[in-house]
Amino acid sequence: MGHRPSAWYSAAILASALAFAGCGGEDFSEAEKAAIASLSLAFLPPLPTDPSNKYADDPAAAALGATLFFDQRMSPDGVVACGTCHLIDRQFQDDLPLGRGVGVGNRRTMPLAGVAWGPWFFWDGRRDSLWAQALTPLEDRREHAGTRAFYAHFIADNFAERYERIFGKLPDLSGVPPSAGPFGTEAEQSAWNAMPTDQQDEVNRVFANLGKAIAAFERSIVPEETRFDRFAKALAAGKEPQSDAAFSSEEIAGLKLFIGKAACATCHTGPRLTDDSFHNTGVPPVEGLSEDLGRETAVAEVVADPFNCFGRYSDALPESCGELRFVVRDDPRLTRAFKPPSLRGAATRPPYMHAGQFKTLDAVIDHYARAPAAVSGETELHPLSLSERERQQLIAFLNTLAN
Amino acid sequence: MAAESIEEDVLRSIGPYALAMLLALAFGAYLLAPPVAQKPELDMSRERTTANGLYVAAIAPEAPEIKQGELQSWTITVKTAAGQPVSDAVIQVDGGMPEHNHGLPTAPEVTRNLGEGHYRIEGIKFSMAGRWELRFDITSPAGTDTATFNLVL
Repeated sequence: MGHRPSAWYSAAILASALAFAGCGGEDFSEAEKAAIASLSLAFLPPLPTDPSNKYADDPAAAALGATLFFDQRMSPDGVVACGTCHLIDRQFQDDLPLGRGVGVGNRRTMPLAGVAWGPWFFWDGRRDSLWAQALTPLEDRREHAGTRAFYAHFIADNFAERYERIFGKLPDLSGVPPSAGPFGTEAEQSAWNAMPTDQQDEVNRVFANLGKAIAAFERSIVPEETRFDRFAKALAAGKEPQSDAAFSSEEIAGLKLFIGKAACATCHTGPRLTDDSFHNTGVPPVEGLSEDLGRETAVAEVVADPFNCFGRYSDALPESCGELRFVVRDDPRLTRAFKPPSLRGAATRPPYMHAGQFKTLDAVIDHYARAPAAVSGETELHPLSLSERERQQLIAFLNTLAN
Repeated sequence: MAAESIEEDVLRSIGPYALAMLLALAFGAYLLAPPVAQKPELDMSRERTTANGLYVAAIAPEAPEIKQGELQSWTITVKTAAGQPVSDAVIQVDGGMPEHNHGLPTAPEVTRNLGEGHYRIEGIKFSMAGRWELRFDITSPAGTDTATFNLVL
């Protein structure tokens, strides 16, 4: 037995010398290099067009959208703007497990970098365009708690000139109740239901345009270059990564785990590190919150949404609404399925998961390693054996994706 | 797990220096491997006889490159085992990633019968890299049969 440890040691040295000859591209196989490049910002395609929003790339619409995004008058109580939860200096999220507007929501506020590249919005994809997404919190009684009639009046009273320069003439709102909408209080819902259909339609159009302006602004919120991107750029160019682009051996090991054994890159794929799809990963529900079935209930909601891609307020031809046309409607795998968030910046924005279930990345990785059964539906995860060191290596890598 | 026990057997029988040589060889082979590792037993053909031999189905993407994460259209061509085009087939599309317990991220459909046994399928999306299956349930007066194709992105 005596000679064995030293022989082992020699073997290990030889093996690691072969595997880690040099500190640049030699660390990675060609397959790994391709996987790394595919995650880097250099692979980010141009911002996709949004056929459902003909104002998506109108600078005046984006400017109005920016104004509205940060305007606290966008809630009847005058204290909730989009920027209340989507904090500009915090990656457009709020560091809280559950978003707090007028009340407390049941989901974690999502960050916005690169949001316009995705086909589905919210954790469960219950909206199919950024403008339809932007409208939803405005009428959610836990968030802005406004109504579409309130917003139409708000625009007419405060932004009529800017609005009309972009979207054309505002309708006559003199007969429209000050606050009326399908998701308001009982009185607001009654007021909405009492409005003639054409008046509802005119209000809906102003409301939709407000969303289109906000979406035009949000299209400018793009992912920032990170240390990982600089590392990947050097690797792709066959150069030695310099200064902060150089990875430590722990970061390299974490990257290899991410794209290899830990299989994080299966769902956290592409330059935004999300596959834009929906997965049940057995994340436990939060006690006290109402049942949250994720994608299962979201599909019916987006299909029925009057502001979806097929709707009369959409500028798209039906045939260009591909995601909605071919949406998976009925599949047991949709139960408790949620969208993988981008991991860009994730290391510096705990807590994690759709309702802030986990306070630390350690807890997240532990969840993925244990792969517990889902409360309902079936988790896609398989248990994974990760040593404490490997967990720390993964976290070291995730930190390279955050500035 | 299997790989580890094989590794242990190798260790016991031929010792650590041989292991180092094996590692070196394996690493060399890894470097020379093509970018996407494909299991050799996986049938990657785009044309095949359906499970019960009723039809021969061939699939082809419309775009030259199969892009991850983008909606895309494919055509499927259905012939009888004797090579006659089947122009009145009803085709259901399904699939997924067998290794990850999930289906297709979209619900693709045949949107046009192009004639001569050719059908256009829209709404296919591969949301992640890896091994995918595309399954086609083909029904015509001759009967129903299934063709399953493998794709690796």
